[in-house]
Amino acid sequence: MNVIINGAAHELPSGATVAQAVQKLTEAVSGVAVALNDEVVSRGAWSSTTLSEADRVEVLTAVQGG
Amino acid sequence: MDDDLIIGGEKFSSRLIMGTGGAPSLEVLDQALVASGTELTTVAMRRLDPSSRGSVLDVLRARGIKVLPNTAGCFTAGEAVLTARLAREALETDWVKLEVISDERTLLPDPIETFDAAERLVADGFVVLPYIGDDPALARRLEQAGCAAVMPLGAPIGSGLGIRNPHNIELIVEAAGVPVILDAGIGTASDAALAMELGCDAVLLATAVTRAQRPDLMAEAMRLAVRAGRAARQAGRIPRRRYAEASSPMHP
Repeated sequence: MNVIINGAAHELPSGATVAQAVQKLTEAVSGVAVALNDEVVSRGAWSSTTLSEADRVEVLTAVQGG
Repeated sequence: MDDDLIIGGEKFSSRLIMGTGGAPSLEVLDQALVASGTELTTVAMRRLDPSSRGSVLDVLRARGIKVLPNTAGCFTAGEAVLTARLAREALETDWVKLEVISDERTLLPDPIETFDAAERLVADGFVVLPYIGDDPALARRLEQAGCAAVMPLGAPIGSGLGIRNPHNIELIVEAAGVPVILDAGIGTASDAALAMELGCDAVLLATAVTRAQRPDLMAEAMRLAVRAGRAARQAGRIPRRRYAEASSPMHP
């Protein structure tokens, strides 16, 4: 299935989880937060939250700013 | 004599809050932060870039500086609330510098969206520090809504124009029961000193240091200016007079 991760299309196996989507970008688990379709998914729920076709996953971290 | 800044029940001995935007490298940023003596520093939240090396978070952690995530880049209350929640998740802090801008040309804060977001974030348990215009009425409303501080601007972000309306900053300070942090517009050390002389509890700045020709030296200048301005405020300045008042006996 196709999932949008940080604005780019990625092919993931059906039943893939948020944790698998994050691993497309980084191995890091600290300093990173995830929104699935504009709702925060807490770190503890990454591996139990499954994705659906065309879901939008945002993976954010802190950068220089302010 | 202890003269701690207290925000949301937390004590800081430095009254200079730093931003991290605009530094040419993490090394330059690190040296500037050390020279500034800051204990609280802002970061922004953005999409993770797998190709980027090193993190501003590593710099702050290594220096023991508390991280203050902002919601820079948000135009609506909804975006800001989501960004704050993501920051809480990523950085394990419920502090947020709330920043909701109205347009990209001025980067001026949108008061309606900011107030809406502030109410929602306070209700969600956040320690909210809103960036606002130099508006005494809005500052008071945000304090009543439960914000832990108010952060009026001196001038637009990155402009270096200093404090364009010192009278309004004084009005905000007079009425405030929470810390007033002068945020944005600082260009050089005298601007930071003036903010403190006007009675602000702290100053937040970034560009004035990170884009200075020598960021570490400007950071030190800002550290000293904030301390000097604070001391002058506490000392109590003399009244301004139209005519001279002799400081030496007039007749031999």
